[in-house]
Amino acid sequence: MKEPFIFFTRFNLVRLLGLNVKDLTQMREALQTVPESSIYYHTHRSLQQRYHLSPEPTNDFAYWVANALRLKSLAEIIASVDTVSVRDLQELRRTFVKILEEYATGSCAPIECLPGEEFHFMSCTTYVLPAGYSCSTLKEMVEILKVITIDALVFHMFEARLRLGREDNDFAVWCAQIGEAKLAAELTRLDPYTYTLESLRSRIVGMMSEYA
Amino acid sequence: MPIVGKHVIDELHLLADRLQSKTILNINSTLVGGGVAEILTRMMPLMKLLGVEASWNAIRGDDRFFDITKRIHNALHGVPITINGDDMEYFLHINRTACRELDLGADIVLVHDPQPVALVEMRNVLGNKWAWRCHIDFTEPQPATIDFLISYIEKYDCAVFSAPAFAMNISIPQVLISPSIDPLSNKNKEISPGNIDAILGRFNIDKDRPIVTQISRFDYLKDPVGVIEVYRRVKRHIDCQLVLAGGGATDDPEGMKVLDEVKTAAADDQDVHVIYLPPGSDLEINALQRASSVVLQKSLKEGFGLTVAEALWKAKPVIASAVGGIPLQIAHKYSGILTHSIDGTVHYLKQLLNEPAYARRLGVNGRSHIKNNFLITRHIREYLLLFISLYEKGDVIHL
Repeated sequence: MKEPFIFFTRFNLVRLLGLNVKDLTQMREALQTVPESSIYYHTHRSLQQRYHLSPEPTNDFAYWVANALRLKSLAEIIASVDTVSVRDLQELRRTFVKILEEYATGSCAPIECLPGEEFHFMSCTTYVLPAGYSCSTLKEMVEILKVITIDALVFHMFEARLRLGREDNDFAVWCAQIGEAKLAAELTRLDPYTYTLESLRSRIVGMMSEYA
Repeated sequence: MPIVGKHVIDELHLLADRLQSKTILNINSTLVGGGVAEILTRMMPLMKLLGVEASWNAIRGDDRFFDITKRIHNALHGVPITINGDDMEYFLHINRTACRELDLGADIVLVHDPQPVALVEMRNVLGNKWAWRCHIDFTEPQPATIDFLISYIEKYDCAVFSAPAFAMNISIPQVLISPSIDPLSNKNKEISPGNIDAILGRFNIDKDRPIVTQISRFDYLKDPVGVIEVYRRVKRHIDCQLVLAGGGATDDPEGMKVLDEVKTAAADDQDVHVIYLPPGSDLEINALQRASSVVLQKSLKEGFGLTVAEALWKAKPVIASAVGGIPLQIAHKYSGILTHSIDGTVHYLKQLLNEPAYARRLGVNGRSHIKNNFLITRHIREYLLLFISLYEKGDVIHL
């Protein structure tokens, strides 16, 4: 029997860690010790805060390196990390640390940002609640996807995989369960980090509509 | 036309349902004037509509107490002021008197700003949850004053700040919650051109020439005299008018002195309108912001800068100092202009007055950013999460 898809939504309470860094050495050290929720927060915050404007900047680390340290090429490397391909937040953490280690071996003394432009590490506590919707068919799912909040979309596309340790985004998993293997593969292949969230919603609705 | 939509309200109800059995008490230092009182005035009825039993009260103080707390406020903003032991003792005396006078037995006590910070001495007696909500800029405080304050902050269950830069190296959890505006309040709702014209007429402001406005309490940290200097330098090139308008707060004894200095600086320039607004002048502020060609917020320090959010909500181009919580609201050259000096403010003000299409674009982007991040619905949601967080631990919590 096919399990219905139950929609959840989520809210974040942002935590201030009281940890501020002013150069790449300090940032690398901090990246090795901050909680996973901090890595998640800084790689996903801007997606939601500016969801209606632009898919950039993709993560806070890249934004700070570009704007506070003026290291544009390094910032591009950090911004280009393929978040959709990493298995979990530990791998994402290691990727950032490795980039900064490699940069350090080939560069001079670390550049410090100006006073007032320090990077402030934060994290988030995520509260997950039922969104009040469920569906049993693709057609129903398409209709619900059109109206759920962005928070619900973020939960099922980003948080479920990276913070709850699920293998894939929830939509792909459910489509595979109901026998829509081809659609599931397409949803897995989708890189959600290169869309604004409203565009992502439209893209998923469009993909599912073809099969509904 | 709904602003945030039904789903946002439904989600607030989902969270509020988790707090049905809890009572929440807000304590600050004034019921009238200033951003904190303004937010609480709008927020309390909305919390009640959501079924949350929230209330609000203020610590009572006399002139000496508010003179001391104003100096503490200035010292926390980096002004080199020493507060002596007698003053600290008097500060604690008023707080301890309030501990006896106020009913602090709510399940959650949310204390706003430094004035009532020492009420937390009752936490161990009452065994309830306490959160301290800081609305001010903490980036360069005087060491003795901040050390005194931290000895009380660390008695709370958590501290809440308006901007990441205000986070401190302290032993309790710290949370980021930015303030907000209510788009349906008299200060922010749509008003007719006729109403705007009538209010401009009352203040003898010429609607046919550019209007540059700063709305703020009369406070040194808002740098009103600096704004007059900016205006004078721009006026050499562009025939504009300056409006400096604001009110006072019962916990700010310095306001009248600053107002006098501003009037002296304005001298007899008929195009500088220094307007002292009584409490409840929300429609006047709304009209002055809507009539403005450019809105300034040239603060030297700023906890958040609600006037920036108000102006951006009205799709006004804003030039503001890159201090405190203002950079959270403005992405430079995208949703407004951030400046660091009088020279920079003069340069960009001339540019925006001469390029209205560019100025309009900044305003439109700014309104969009405020809508998505700084409306009262987001603020209520984060307060509800804060209250829930006092009882739940973990990184991901299923409610």
